[in-house]
Amino acid sequence: MDAGGTTERMADYLRDHRDKVVDRWSELVIAGVRGRTSFEEVRRELRDLYSLVVRVLSESDDHAVGELRAALDELSRSRARDGFTPTETALGVFSLKDAVYELVADTAELAPEFLVFSRMIDDLGLRTFESYSAAREQIITDQSTAMMELSTPVVRLWDGIIAVPLVGTLDSARTQLVMEKLLDTLVATGANHAVIDITGVATVDTEVAQHLLKTVSAARLLGAECTISGIRPQVAQTIVSLGIEFGDIATKATLADALALALRQAGLKVVQALEPLFCDIAGFSNCRS
Amino acid sequence: MERVPIIKIGQTLFVSIQIDLQDDTVMRLQEDLADELSATGAHGVIIDITAVEIVDSFIGRMLTMIGSISRLFDAETVIVGMRPAVAITLTELGLSLSGVRTALNAEKGLEILNGKT
Repeated sequence: MDAGGTTERMADYLRDHRDKVVDRWSELVIAGVRGRTSFEEVRRELRDLYSLVVRVLSESDDHAVGELRAALDELSRSRARDGFTPTETALGVFSLKDAVYELVADTAELAPEFLVFSRMIDDLGLRTFESYSAAREQIITDQSTAMMELSTPVVRLWDGIIAVPLVGTLDSARTQLVMEKLLDTLVATGANHAVIDITGVATVDTEVAQHLLKTVSAARLLGAECTISGIRPQVAQTIVSLGIEFGDIATKATLADALALALRQAGLKVVQALEPLFCDIAGFSNCRS
Repeated sequence: MERVPIIKIGQTLFVSIQIDLQDDTVMRLQEDLADELSATGAHGVIIDITAVEIVDSFIGRMLTMIGSISRLFDAETVIVGMRPAVAITLTELGLSLSGVRTALNAEKGLEILNGKT
């Protein structure tokens, strides 16, 4: 008995029992995914996959193999995006074996055919798993890139005064990015003063402090003065107990204090108007008129 | 060996470095600057390094030394136009250019020398 004939017979068998197998397969899959997709949708997806499996078995041409792989990759990717676990995703393929086995269990003469079929499904299952992990890796990379981009805004507070509000955890990669962006903005805007606000930074350890000090000295080399603001009480305690010295770098409790300092150094003064100013902007309803 | 020209404008010596700095170029600049300061009695030195893309620890140290030498002639040194990448390099090398003032551009550097800030 040659392998070609075996797969050919298996393909014929699967083609004959198509609806029965697909229905049973869909039932097994839907039981595993616990109502996150509809039966009809699963059935449609699996019917396409099933046709491809049959085509691969009957023709064994590269074209069908490629199509089946692409379909599997696509399915695994969408499963990964929808938050399915690896097991659930792989079981989606492996349960085809169960569905077919239930049918051929009684007919002993199909044993060699089922063995070939089973090997093929195992390969497909492994492939599913691989593309699932690749998709997850991709998602993680995309998210960290997005986070990097979102996490380093440099805002202009006043003429010649810029601020960097830092939120989250500071690691070397992020601090490097913050430093570069801050320095680039200083050069681009010609600002003399920068405020680094760390209100959103939960913990400051020696490494983070080191990074902050480096950023401040780099800004000084460009000719800009830096103030660190928004040090929280717990952070202040940590800094002192770790013995970190900020030296001659100005630190302020709030961003407002830092802005006030920057304005003072720029020779600007904020004064209270003697009378409330009248707004002449039409439609500006918050103003008293 | 290339030489960096020193231009005297009023009471200020203006040095614009347009070439890649070599060790001997910087040493020559230091000597020339000392001669010029002694000859002219200038009260300020502006060193423009906008065009400098690469620095090493030696050049960083020489810049500090130029600052110290100038102070002996009662002149203040302002380094202007440093690129962010250069600033990061110097910081990573642990050089903070103490004793030298810095400014974003030549204009702001002149303001510092003229006592506006």
